[in-house]
Amino acid sequence: MSLRTPLGKVLGRGAAGEGVGHWWLQRVTAVALLPLSVWFVASLLSHPLNSYEAMRGWLGQPWVAVLTILFVFTLAWHSKLGVEVVIEDYVQGKGAKAGLLMVNTFIHAGAGVAAIFAVLVLSLS
Amino acid sequence: MNQRPLSPHLGIYKLGYTMLLSGLHRITGCVATVGLLLFVWWLMALASGPAAYANAMKILSSPLGRFVLFGFAFSFIYHFCNGIRHMNWDTGRGLERAEARRSGVVVVVAVVLLTALVIWLGCTAMTNTGAP
Repeated sequence: MSLRTPLGKVLGRGAAGEGVGHWWLQRVTAVALLPLSVWFVASLLSHPLNSYEAMRGWLGQPWVAVLTILFVFTLAWHSKLGVEVVIEDYVQGKGAKAGLLMVNTFIHAGAGVAAIFAVLVLSLS
Repeated sequence: MNQRPLSPHLGIYKLGYTMLLSGLHRITGCVATVGLLLFVWWLMALASGPAAYANAMKILSSPLGRFVLFGFAFSFIYHFCNGIRHMNWDTGRGLERAEARRSGVVVVVAVVLLTALVIWLGCTAMTNTGAP
């Protein structure tokens, strides 16, 4: 005997129908991060980190700014998805779980917006 | 409700090295998340001006700062390399016991070499003042 509703059976999407989307986005962001992170680390470490002028000049270049925004945005997204899975797996109790998932979203949204804003300030001012 | 039989959890298995690598993937992912926040803080310092940036670099170049950065570099590189291994598994390949053990060794060797390379490049970039 199945406990699934007739509609659920017809849709055939399991408990919520969103699991595949989460899983797939984690892979999409992971694939994007492979070239982006190699480029970012290689480019960053080929510049003098202690020179404010050099770092500003580097991040102020249009393509460096665009790729850095893509890198941080994708990184924050992938990180948000990953921590979400960890919270869902280990946190007991619905309230604590929902609360932490919310905090996780807020922190990652904040980090992503701050990073994009910082790069825009550096390249546009 | 508490009397129901449960499927065996982590504690019941003997620790194998592929299991350790698997757990490390999650741990390094979470550590890299903290690293992301530090990275955003560094970007904001750069956007805030020369004084804020000099202060941030002073903190990051201190012995403790460098040690923390090495930790984040290792975590990111491990998650990067083992992530490739995971995505290969997602295609249905390399799941046999011997194959998974072999790819684990490849990941560990790659992580050691890449972490050493990034630490060396990082120390060079930190010492370099940009003066000709």
